[in-house]
Formats: sequence, structure tokens, C-alpha cells
Amino acid sequence: MMTAEISPGSWWWLDAAGLERLIAALAGAGYRVVGPQVADGAIVIRDLASARELPTGWLDEQDGGHYRLRHDPAAGTFDHVVGPHSLKNFLFPAREALARFTRDGGSWSQEELARDEPPLAVIGVRACDLEALRIQDRVFMGGEHVDPAYAARREKLFVVAVNCRRAVATCFCHSMGCGPAATHSFDLALTEHGGGAAPARFACEVGSARGAEILASLGGPLTACMTEEVAAAREVPAELAARMHARQAEPGQPRPRSLDTEGIRDLLFDNLEHARWDEVASRCLSCTNCTLVCPTCFCASVTEVADLSGDHVDRERQWASCFTLDHGKIHGHSVRSSTASRYRQWLTHKLAGWIDQFGTSGCTGCGRCITWCPVGIDITVEVAAIRAAPGAPPQPGGGA
Amino acid sequence: MNPATATDPWRSHPARIAGITPEIPGVRTYHLEFRDAAVRDGYRFAAGQFNMLYLPGIGEAAISISSDAAAPRRLAHTIRALGNVTDALARLGVGDEILLRGPFGRPWPLGPLRGRHVVVVGGGLGLASQRAAIYEMLRQRGHYAGVTVLHGGKTPAGLFYAAEYEAWRAAGIDVRPAVDEGDASWSGPVGLVTDLFSGLELDPTNAAVLCCGPDPMMTAVARAAAGLGIAARDVYVSLERNMACAVRHCGLCQFGPHFVCQDGPVFAYDSIAAFLAVPHL
Repeated sequence: MMTAEISPGSWWWLDAAGLERLIAALAGAGYRVVGPQVADGAIVIRDLASARELPTGWLDEQDGGHYRLRHDPAAGTFDHVVGPHSLKNFLFPAREALARFTRDGGSWSQEELARDEPPLAVIGVRACDLEALRIQDRVFMGGEHVDPAYAARREKLFVVAVNCRRAVATCFCHSMGCGPAATHSFDLALTEHGGGAAPARFACEVGSARGAEILASLGGPLTACMTEEVAAAREVPAELAARMHARQAEPGQPRPRSLDTEGIRDLLFDNLEHARWDEVASRCLSCTNCTLVCPTCFCASVTEVADLSGDHVDRERQWASCFTLDHGKIHGHSVRSSTASRYRQWLTHKLAGWIDQFGTSGCTGCGRCITWCPVGIDITVEVAAIRAAPGAPPQPGGGA
Repeated sequence: MNPATATDPWRSHPARIAGITPEIPGVRTYHLEFRDAAVRDGYRFAAGQFNMLYLPGIGEAAISISSDAAAPRRLAHTIRALGNVTDALARLGVGDEILLRGPFGRPWPLGPLRGRHVVVVGGGLGLASQRAAIYEMLRQRGHYAGVTVLHGGKTPAGLFYAAEYEAWRAAGIDVRPAVDEGDASWSGPVGLVTDLFSGLELDPTNAAVLCCGPDPMMTAVARAAAGLGIAARDVYVSLERNMACAVRHCGLCQFGPHFVCQDGPVFAYDSIAAFLAVPHL
């Protein structure tokens, strides 16, 4: 059955040239277009002028404390998975002004901050990062107070999602119930076919009216996906999900991750005093990498940035991390003075406290915290260790 | 919602220091009035809530409101100078302006406690977060079976608001201070504020405790209350944690699953006792 109209829920074919026209159409519509690119030995999200800049033919290998790119002529455009960047870097930037004050005589007045940056279009967003987007929406927009900076960007955001057809060992979105299929929060979603010698083709699902509008603006006729082609496209992430659920450790290969989330909130809150916190603290460098690459970590501090006269002051929000002493500082001392207590804060917040706070886990199974930990600490292993020996008492004199 | 917090949670409003009351050395009460009449007229708060006091270029501090919620046009904040912001505040005088946003947080549950004997337990500066509650119960003394204030200080000179004791007592509030270390002027009890519990005459099934002080003191007070037969759910504590936003966005004030800024600062003790018992949480 043909879908005659470009509307939400319809599917259309894009070839490589079509992808190029999509990027041009977004730029033409005033979007700042960003997408994955190879830079500095990793796949990062950067401004994108052309589909030729996308990491076609590149694959990433990831494991605890390990990230390497390799070129594979058989790889498609989106067969890499997630790098260190996520939507967080753009919607909740590492540093931004929240408020601006000017002094005139003895009086201060607050200036309206212009929220006039161009709307953002992101190409290649995975299911795990769509989930992270939904989680950060709850943090910054779902409560009693809405963060105006986040909301201004979020409302204008255009998401071109990608259905994964490959996972790396650190991926465990299947455990967190949020991937690998892109099912929400996108304007368009691409499912790649072909790659390497076969010409790339993308089955493009329309997720919103805004997505339909952009697709309709590409110019030239579009071919609708046939019903069986839509089914085949849906099968791509479904087949990957089945493989992720079935995968087993193999000698010489990075161990495939999974996380048992059954009763995880109570498991962790019932084991706030457990020998494992001190054990992991003996390896943790408290470097904050995990919180920086995490697509949902939202802690921030506010810094006063004044000009030389002192008459103009910006209140700047900067990413903070529960791995620093400053995070829990009150009256000159830190509530969480040990690495063990700080690691515990991070893990229990992510996997337990978040459920109370936002009705969802704070983890999407993207695996970034495992990959980018310099010593390869693995959130799935830490939870499994506590699950295997609940109630193990801390050693006397332990840090947590 | 108050105009002070509507729409942009980062909007601060200029407020004039209308008066300063020296309390004890290093502690002063600042009486603040919003410059903008519409903000001043629209502002409402409840006893136990706090404001974010802001000095541009220096920073913000979360300070509980220590004046009567029935008179919200002039807001008192009792502050000890012991950090960047509070030190800078100490250098300001009457007529100077600061900025303010709020109010934030869950207040003391004074409405639901009507009919009960309320025991207010303040350790040191903790009493500042409770004075608004005392004023409210003082105005509505008849609604409460009893009101007792236990105030613990290091020394007799360290008991601030002491000048108000007589007025509180005259209104039917039983005020009992205790100090860690007495002096020649002191004839009252010397010891911990929890020691005062043994002398209380009340029906524990109809009593409630409002406690604010250092975390270990609050745990000790809850234990002393339990010793009298007061249930943990009838003990309320006000916590203090690091805070940058006060609106559940910055994450710094987390305590177990709670955001102290919005789920607290006032908590029923039974809802957080397990977390308070964990060191370095």
C-alpha cells in the first residue's frame, strides 16, 4: 500500500543524494545542522555541512576504558554507535549564562537574555539518546519549574533519529527497555539499508508534522516505502535487539553488557552500606568522565562572571559532577568526603533515586560511562556485584 | 505561584535592606523589602520556606525566612557570616540593595498539626528557620494543645532571639533554653538540648516535634522524642544541603532520593531516617 501523503507515520525512501538534500533542506529552513563526524580519533557530533562529512565506512570498538575507530569498507553511514557526545552537549551546554545583571548606581537590574540562537537539527540520534532526551525533558521541563534555556532549545529541536543495526559490547539499551529501535521523540527516523559496495538507502519514518514539512520540502518526487518494506525496516532494530538479548561472552572478545534491573531501586537503597562501594573506590579516580559523557547527568553549579568594572555580571551555569568535593559542600566541608561515598551517590542516583525523582531510570544503557572511564569501571558489573552479595557489610574504616 | 518565581526560576528581584538587627556576635537579622511594589504585594510564603539571597558577582545563599508569614512585605533572614555570600552581606548596611528569589521548599506542616502539642527544637542557628513557625503558633496559640520551644546554644551569649523569650512566654509558649557551657549569668540547664526532653509534660500520642540543627542533633532529637513515645512520623526535621538552583534542576542538594530544595527542607523524620543513618550520604 502506498502512502500518498507525507505525514506522521508514513515511510519514504531516501538514497544518499536524498540524505544530502535533507541536510540542505534543514540548513535552508534555518537550522544549525549537526551530526556525527570522525574527529580526534572518535566520532563526535559537530556542525555538518554535507552528508559527505558523516562517518561512512567507520566502525567503533568499545569496551571498558577502550574506544577505537577502524575503517571497514563494508560499513554503512550509521554503523558506528555512540561517541562521547550526546544531545546533552547541545541542549544543556557545559557552560551557559542563565541570568545577567547590570549595576546602575547602587541598584542592580536583571536583563532579559536573548534566546535567539538558531534552531538545532541533529542527525543520527540513537534510541538510547532519544531516551536520554526524554529523561532530560523531565528534569528540566517536567517539574514545577521549567528551565527557560533548555526549553527554548528543546522546543525548536529537530531530531533525525537512526535505528541501530549494530551494537558494541558496552551497549545495553536492551536491558533498559529503550532501544535499539527509535520509537519516540524524533521528527524523522532513518533505517539504513546497504552500505559498503551496495548503494546506501534509508527508509525514513516521519515522526512529526515538522518532519513531514521538511521531507516535503526536499524537492523532487519521493518514493513511499511499501508495506513489506516498512516491515523489513522495522525488523532491522528488532533483529539487533534479539541478538543483543542472546549474545554471550566469547573468548578474546569484549564481554557483552547487560543489566538486571529487577527491583534495582530497593536493591541499591538497601545496600547503601556495602563492601562494594569501598572496593570500587579503590579503582575509581573520581575523574568525573562518567558524568561528563552521561547523556542524562544534569548536575550543575552556578558561577559569577563579572567584567572588570564589576557592573556587569553573568550567572553562568556549568556542569558539575557528584565526583567532586564541591558538589556536596556545605559550610566549608563536603558531605561526601570519600570517593566511595561519591561513587555511591552517582550510581544510586542514576539507577535508584532517579526512579523516585522522575519516574524513570536515569540510565539508558548507552554504555558511555563504561567506555570513557579511564580505568574501565563498569556500572553493570558494580550492580551485579551488589546483587550477588546483598548485605555484605563494609570493612571497618571504609570510606562510604 | 508567587510573582517572585513565576516563569523564569532564575529571576531575582531587587530588595532593600530596611533594617538590621544584631543578634549575637557574627549573627544579624536582615529585614528586606522588595523594591518593586507588585513583587512586594504579591509575595507570600509559609513558615519553614527559604529564599535565595543574591549578591551579583559574589553569589547566592539559601536562607530560611525568619519573620512572620502574616507580614510578607518585610522579610527577615537571620544570617551567620561564614562564607562568601554571608560575609559580603555582613558588609552591607541599611538602605543597601541585594537581590532575592523565592520562596522555595516545603514548609513546616503547621496546619495539620493543629490540636497537637508542638515542640520546637532549635540547635543554634536552626531556630532561625523555626521562628516563623513560632510566630504563627503564637498568633494562633489557641489552635495548639501546647507550644514548647527548646533552644540549644553553645553559650548563654550564643542564644539569639533571647530578647523575645518574654513575649513568647507571655503568649503562652513554654521556652526552655539550654547551653553547652554556662557562665556566671546562667542559671538554666547546661547540656544538650535533648536533655530537656525528660522534663517535658505532654501526651506523646498528641505531640509533634519540629527540629532544625546539625544532622547528628536531629537524629538525637528524634531518638529523644521516641524515648517520650512520640512517633517518628510526628517528628519533622529541616535539612541543609548545598544548593545552586532551589528548583530541583542543579542536583547539588540531593539526599538519597530527595531534592532537599523541593522535597524538603522540611521532612517527616520517618521518611528520611534510613538515609540520615548512612554516613556521608
